[in-house]
Amino acid sequence: MKEDRQALNRQLAQMLKGGVIMDVTTPEQARIAEEAGACAVMALERIPADIRAAGGVSRMSDPKMIRGIQEAVSIPVMAKCRIGHIAEAQILQAIEIDYIDESEVLSPADNIYHIDKTKFDVPFVCGAKNLGEALRRIAEGATMIRTKGEPGTGDVVQAVSHMRLMQSEIRRLVSMSEDELFEAAKQLQAPYELVKFVHENGKLPVVNFAAGGVATPADAALMMQLGAEGVFVGSGIFKSGNPQKRAAAIVQAVTNYQDAKLLAELSEDLGEAMVGINEQEIELLMAERGK
Amino acid sequence: MRIAVLALQGAFIEHEQMLQELGVETFEVRQLSDWQQPKDGLVIPGGESTTQTKLLHDLGLYEPIRQAILDGLPVFGTCAGLILLAKQEDGHPREGLGTMDIDVCRNAYGRQLGSFHAVAPVAGIGEEVPMTFIRAPYINKVLSPSSQVLSVVDGHIVAVRQDHQLATAFHPELTTDYHLHQYFIEQICQTPS
Repeated sequence: MKEDRQALNRQLAQMLKGGVIMDVTTPEQARIAEEAGACAVMALERIPADIRAAGGVSRMSDPKMIRGIQEAVSIPVMAKCRIGHIAEAQILQAIEIDYIDESEVLSPADNIYHIDKTKFDVPFVCGAKNLGEALRRIAEGATMIRTKGEPGTGDVVQAVSHMRLMQSEIRRLVSMSEDELFEAAKQLQAPYELVKFVHENGKLPVVNFAAGGVATPADAALMMQLGAEGVFVGSGIFKSGNPQKRAAAIVQAVTNYQDAKLLAELSEDLGEAMVGINEQEIELLMAERGK
Repeated sequence: MRIAVLALQGAFIEHEQMLQELGVETFEVRQLSDWQQPKDGLVIPGGESTTQTKLLHDLGLYEPIRQAILDGLPVFGTCAGLILLAKQEDGHPREGLGTMDIDVCRNAYGRQLGSFHAVAPVAGIGEEVPMTFIRAPYINKVLSPSSQVLSVVDGHIVAVRQDHQLATAFHPELTTDYHLHQYFIEQICQTPS
């Protein structure tokens, strides 16, 4: 039964491919995101940029707020729980969330263990900044992976380096001979079976999205060109001057990520992008949470 | 045989792989210039129907695709693709392509926890067709006699054919069963209407 759920949950992620998943904090924002063409929304009380600004402990959102967003839109609704917080995940499952993001954006609840996601019926997406992390999360039951990036910064540099690293590690595994895979699994600190899958297929066994710092249509197109199968946009949309227009432009940019002429048109007159902070200016590296 | 696969969003690569394994040439439609290539049929994949509808309009593909289907271009829609082809939703006219005389119920089985696998007969295909329903729709009813019910699961219509149009609420492209794609190619694309 649980194996069947795992398959169904990987398959939902396949349906999200080529799409943009947007962070929203209200039913109104959720409707704007849906109308702009989001393939799913992430319901949370504060977007990552505000989580950074507020400081303190950041937790799962109020289930009532999440329900409000579930009622407002027909697209899948995701929500975040803290790394290792089994009870928050159970609560999100109880309100029939479509995807749980066990997320480093919130304060970790457990410094050692992630949630055993194979025990749940609802799907999980997890962040990873390299192949080892991605395969460990998949072994724990994640049915979708995203780069960690550096959320709430509007700076795409970390998402780029995570995606590039993951892709180059995948290429390296593909090029190995079979008898080298055991040592590779040891070095990656990942299960041999998953390492073998990547070696044979040249990709992760689950869908892989980009996340963290995507703020413009060009950022989204960049991540797609680097091998992302879709994009999460957190603070980039509703921290900008014209959320509707920017959201729709990013959706189109993900579909036509190789057409520079169209990307030029899409990048025009979007109003102010989120100001952002760059990687050197931030004190808290969320990507270092949960390895 | 050359089939256009709508590649705006969703699981279009899975359809391409399946068609290619059947020896069919495919190309992706992401914008108007892609669409203008010669083609013998169109596949509309699963994904999010609201996203795909929005992109059809924004990219200027809506009218040309709708007109081509009305003019007889063979089309196969799965899940979101079925929703796009439906004329009605729960008794109300829909804003999709609306070329099939069917009334659809979206997210008919609820949220992701309601997604399921099934094995059921499909008329003209086989007795044991594996089916994957992901936040799937079903068809409330067909709206004209030309719309022919091919499969019913748990009392709900999940596959229909109307002349050159084929639609399923489930995803054959997520299984290893090629029969529906084969049916589309052999019975619809290669058979002059």
